[in-house]
Amino acid sequence: MPTPAPDSVSLAALQSSAPAPPARRYRAEPVWVPWLFLTPFLLTFGVFLVWPLIQACMLAFQQTFGPRSTAWVGLDNFTFMLGDPLFWKAMKNTFVFAAGSVFLQLPLSLGLALLLNRPGLKGRTFFRVLFFAPSLVGLVFVGLLFSLLFAPHTGLVNTVLHDLFPSFDPEFAWLQVHVMPALILAALWLYVGFNMVYFLAALQGVPPELMEAAALDGAGPWDRFRHVVLPEILPVASFVVLLSLLGSLQLFELPFVLLSGPGPDNRGLTIVMYLYNTGFVTGDLGYASAIGWVLALLMSAFAVGQRWFNRRQEQA
Amino acid sequence: MTPSQRRSLQLAPVYAGLVFFGALTSVPFVWLLCAAFKTNADIFASNFLPHGDGFLGVGWDRLTTVHFGRLFTELGLGNAMVNSIFLASSSALVATFCCALAGYALAKFRFAGRDLVLSLVLAALVIPGPLLLAPGYKMLFDLGLLGSYAGLLLPSMAPAFGVFLFRQAMLNAVPDTLIESARIDGAGEIRIFFTIVVPLLRPMIGAYLIIVFLGAWNNFIGPQIVLQETESFPLSVAINQLRGVYGTDYGLVMSGTLVSIAPVLALFLLLQKEFISGLTSGAVKG
Repeated sequence: MPTPAPDSVSLAALQSSAPAPPARRYRAEPVWVPWLFLTPFLLTFGVFLVWPLIQACMLAFQQTFGPRSTAWVGLDNFTFMLGDPLFWKAMKNTFVFAAGSVFLQLPLSLGLALLLNRPGLKGRTFFRVLFFAPSLVGLVFVGLLFSLLFAPHTGLVNTVLHDLFPSFDPEFAWLQVHVMPALILAALWLYVGFNMVYFLAALQGVPPELMEAAALDGAGPWDRFRHVVLPEILPVASFVVLLSLLGSLQLFELPFVLLSGPGPDNRGLTIVMYLYNTGFVTGDLGYASAIGWVLALLMSAFAVGQRWFNRRQEQA
Repeated sequence: MTPSQRRSLQLAPVYAGLVFFGALTSVPFVWLLCAAFKTNADIFASNFLPHGDGFLGVGWDRLTTVHFGRLFTELGLGNAMVNSIFLASSSALVATFCCALAGYALAKFRFAGRDLVLSLVLAALVIPGPLLLAPGYKMLFDLGLLGSYAGLLLPSMAPAFGVFLFRQAMLNAVPDTLIESARIDGAGEIRIFFTIVVPLLRPMIGAYLIIVFLGAWNNFIGPQIVLQETESFPLSVAINQLRGVYGTDYGLVMSGTLVSIAPVLALFLLLQKEFISGLTSGAVKG
């Protein structure tokens, strides 16, 4: 079953996993002790991870009507998926959202981190906490909050626009018309501060001597950013990009609650929402598993891509 | 102009930018906070606080707690809140304990098979959650755990992410010599864990407790799939259902949303330092 978000955080931690310290001779320690300590992990790993994974392999080649009745269908799930317009719509929506996240959220996060990293700035902790606070609000609650903000007549967006421009129709239904921008905006509010924390940590690791030397050599602010700061923070930046891509691919709760479902004309349908609807509304756990495998494949492709990028950077 | 004056002048646009984005960040919170205490008529009539002739031109006397009263008496939100608190704190306690134990075993013991277990942990990290939704549901059905809290709590008992995080923290924070001398003094293994390892890891334990608590509090898809009885729903699912039924009763939905996010925000404000350092420790250092 889904573990909470930090899952994906660790993908990058993988790459930095330090090797175990060199072997030391301890006074004899009972052999069973480490195994006892590992029991909860190994049990849940076997029962709730390995076993469902095996099931996921089998289910992908089955059609089910709820968990009780199953039938083998071979590759039908995958061939059906190729011609399934809803699946492709979900793919398209998900990737549009992912692009919005990477190209809007991350520059803004980096910008805020750069502002916060200015030497001599007062109130850094205050602003860091303020910007970070939205990411504590669960996706469900953000969906709810933004459905209220975008609501016709009472929502803040419409009332403010109507106050500023009296010709603006206060009954305008954002969530019926501009589905994707509303989603991206809600995610922007939620994640900008979260990503900023990573950028800020990376910026604080840039050696000040480097910056001073570059300034003495006459490098302007842009050159210093481009040739000193950016190369230093690139590993973290590529990790944050990966994190937002993986998070975007798994988008579900936010549109599910914001739009109370897939939205008008399925314009807010995402891959995981389609998986959810297929598996738990239609009851076809087989097709849902097939979608799950495609998602897993996409996510690993991005993870592999990020490692490849980092390795190439290190060599360059 | 002194250098320090020049510096503050240079920083003026930085402050302006921060204040601008800070305002954008806080507006949804402030709006929600105001709306939750207004009658539905006032929600239609004013953006933030209701207009009136009280202090600062605000109609303070028009603020109301009527929505909260309805939520907790007739709509049973108190029950959902108790469920959320129970689920989030038990997940946090159990996961922190199990992950710390496993991380300790992987970082500080030498035994055949350790590298194999460590690679299992790393493999578990890269398996995406949504892939396990359908088969996990089928398995909980087969095990008869659907509809029970056990179906939610057992799978997240020892997340690989936490095991890995604790293993990394142990490598640096717990000196081998301390454990060895405790063994020489004849301390039992469990006692060593509780009296030596746990105190050294206090910051990590605090951060991980909050991370799991938040994750479980905000978890929606898990309880939505596993739980079946309205009485057992946590806030995330209960609020979404409430919105489905009372969608046009804005004050009610807003105060319900406020009730759901206020506890985690308060918790975070109390413990924000530990939380942020724990969050970035796995990724940035190392």
